[in-house]
Amino acid sequence: MVMPITYYLALSCALFAIGVIGVLIRRNAIIIFMCIEMMLNAVNLSLVAFSDYYKAIDGQMLVFFVMVVAAAEVAVGLALIYVIFRNKGTVYVDELNIMKW
Amino acid sequence: MQIIFFLLAATALISGIMVVIQVNPVRSALFLVLNFFALAGIYLLANAQFIAAIQIIVYAGAIMVLFLFVIMLLNLRQPEEGGAQQHLGQKIFGATLAGGTAALVIYTISKIKLPPGKEMVEGFGTTEMVAKSLFTEYLLPFEATSILLLVAVVGAVILAKSRLD
Repeated sequence: MVMPITYYLALSCALFAIGVIGVLIRRNAIIIFMCIEMMLNAVNLSLVAFSDYYKAIDGQMLVFFVMVVAAAEVAVGLALIYVIFRNKGTVYVDELNIMKW
Repeated sequence: MQIIFFLLAATALISGIMVVIQVNPVRSALFLVLNFFALAGIYLLANAQFIAAIQIIVYAGAIMVLFLFVIMLLNLRQPEEGGAQQHLGQKIFGATLAGGTAALVIYTISKIKLPPGKEMVEGFGTTEMVAKSLFTEYLLPFEATSILLLVAVVGAVILAKSRLD
């Protein structure tokens, strides 16, 4: 019994939308970061689904590389958030306007 | 199999929504771990065993531990969303736009006709098959990721040691 690929793609799309909404409505930079991770995962899900549909391993390779990039991104991004907190005392994005003219 | 998929999908969606609406960042992080585990289960259903294992080890293990460490390091003040009413119109507009776009894309997905999928290949998605592809066809990108990780580590250390202004 094989699942239709439509279900995977619909779930992936819904998860991506939840991530976008989180990025748009939250103020805490760490939670915005988590929502970005969720969006990366949503894309991974559709890659895995297509990889399974066409039985091509390349999709899973791409997921592997996305995970590596996500790990690197988290390391640098959290270091940035930590430095901003140490210097500005806040991680709420509406209070951070040092780049605003 | 369909029931397992729908259970896992419901878990992923509900925990995803909880990540967005929880006020406390630690709870958000824990719901995100639940989300990653549900997705790992869905990867197993889609014949991606290696990716499922990596998902749990890298995402639910390493990345979320890093998140929790930073949340606890920062010691955020507790009445978190002080100005929750700020920019309310913009937030509603953004959420509606995102939700509407997603609904449109899901509607489109339900209408398209894809060429038929392939039959099951023996051993598809196992560590052996993934590793064979990783060390032959994708050897150069694989080696490049090691440089990327090195750069990320060095960057994180330098950032954490530096002072802004």
